[in-house]
Amino acid sequence: MADLRGLYQEVILDHSKKPRNYRVMEGADHQAEGYNPLCGDRVTLYVKLENGRITDLSFQGSGCAISTSSASLLTETLKGKTLDEADEMFEKFHALVTGEAEGGQAGDRSLGKLAVFSGVAEFPLRVKCATLAWHTLRSALKGEKVTVSTE
Amino acid sequence: MAFTPHHVTETSPRGSSAEFDVERIRRDFPALAQKVHGKPLVYLDNAATSQKPQAVIEAEEHFYRRDCSNIHRGVHELSERATKSYEDARVKAQRFVNAPDSKEIIFVRGATEAINLVAGTFGRKYVQAGDEILITAMEHHSNIVPWQILCEEKGAKLRVAPINDRGELLLAEYEKLLGPKTRLAALVHVSNVLGTINPVREMVESAHRKGIPVLLDGAQAAPHLKVDVQDLDCEFYAFSGHKLYGPTGIGVLYGKAEVLDAMPPYQGGGDMISSVTFEKTIYNSLPYKFEAGTSNIAGGIGLGAAVDYLNGIGMESIAAYEDELLAYATEEISRIPGLRIIGTAEKKAGVISFVMEGIHPHDVGTILDQEGIAVRTGHHCAQPLMERFGIPATTRASLALYNTKREIDTLVMGIQKVKELLG
Repeated sequence: MADLRGLYQEVILDHSKKPRNYRVMEGADHQAEGYNPLCGDRVTLYVKLENGRITDLSFQGSGCAISTSSASLLTETLKGKTLDEADEMFEKFHALVTGEAEGGQAGDRSLGKLAVFSGVAEFPLRVKCATLAWHTLRSALKGEKVTVSTE
Repeated sequence: MAFTPHHVTETSPRGSSAEFDVERIRRDFPALAQKVHGKPLVYLDNAATSQKPQAVIEAEEHFYRRDCSNIHRGVHELSERATKSYEDARVKAQRFVNAPDSKEIIFVRGATEAINLVAGTFGRKYVQAGDEILITAMEHHSNIVPWQILCEEKGAKLRVAPINDRGELLLAEYEKLLGPKTRLAALVHVSNVLGTINPVREMVESAHRKGIPVLLDGAQAAPHLKVDVQDLDCEFYAFSGHKLYGPTGIGVLYGKAEVLDAMPPYQGGGDMISSVTFEKTIYNSLPYKFEAGTSNIAGGIGLGAAVDYLNGIGMESIAAYEDELLAYATEEISRIPGLRIIGTAEKKAGVISFVMEGIHPHDVGTILDQEGIAVRTGHHCAQPLMERFGIPATTRASLALYNTKREIDTLVMGIQKVKELLG
């Protein structure tokens, strides 16, 4: 069960049961829908921007503990960040969950709370759950209208 | 060139056993003996694909080691052996579903291709603008999408017979939907998500009263029930080898000879012709008219071995054993608080789909996997059905003849662990 505790850390369980910023945003500048056809996870991300900085971020959808908590922590982490900072964060997060992060599982300290997703690297089938919201955010910021699919 | 098999060798590993000895059966399946994440494998994903007995693995291996050659045209010894084994397998498949003639057994890649074949030939010939194809609300995507493609091409309409909350077909509604424009009823025999066994014999009868031909998708039925296409009287019956303890990439379309004869060919190529000039091609007779190109010879032979294996145990005893196991599993699983079984039809085959309060199936699947338990999670290629029940996905445990009550207990303990961890 050690591995599972590593995957389902307290912070992840907390955010999956009580997702933060879980709401439809009126007057969002950008929004996009993400979909994982394999497990039916759906997430919609809403973004407000001001001078290249994310001033508000929210999401709605349904999914597993990993995808819901990932979306929730994404909204918490990226609020107030510039687009460049958000992009950098995505790269680091992606490296962390795919096990390609420098410094091994501890990952980059600048990831902050997102480091709780380090356990995902041991479960390759769950990487898509962890990154769904992030891919969706990228698509929202590019202004793409199509639904992002993990497949 | 029609090949007529003279003698079929049955390589049944045991006579029809009176007693169902599951431990002995388990030893026939090499994959079951392994450990996964340090725990003994509990394989409960049989509706996706089943494990293979030694006899099937050996039959394929034997072909590649000794008899590998192309069939139906070689004059040499190897080709003769391969042709005989392959055509023997066709006869075994014929007898397995009690088809009147082996030429009514078309080898295809699986149930999906069988349905696509019917949509692409029968459908293309007989379905016109304004016509209707009738399916049910519990179809697998493979018995929805081929008809949607056909309907779009022809300007025809897909009609769907509804089900109740237990996952049973509403027969009166089904009968109402059989109308003057219905060209075919394409119906699932056993649902891959709900486990529902549809009363297909009665459903075929109602369709026939209105002159409507019927295709039955038997992918989930053939491994678990005794199928008799003459008794069912359906025009088409489709099933896959790999769910029947046989190899992947091989399956069967049974069709009534007179219906198949009237249909245009499926794909063009070798083996499906009797003579070709640049002006005109004369098609081969059944079943070769529908088998263009070099077939999955090893797969066909493996499927034949799987049928022998099942006959050795007896489909009736398999069904009886699985029924008992399903009853036990249903009772044990439904006792878990906060868990709801999706699909509670009165007549069910060994499929248990469930949802857990506040816990997503994907997380259930990962945690069970760590316990060595293989289940399927997701929409099971039946998204419209998920929508009908208002859920995005389920966890599905599906049973086979080699599963045991002890394994069900392991599953129940696994689900308890899921609750401890995530509940």
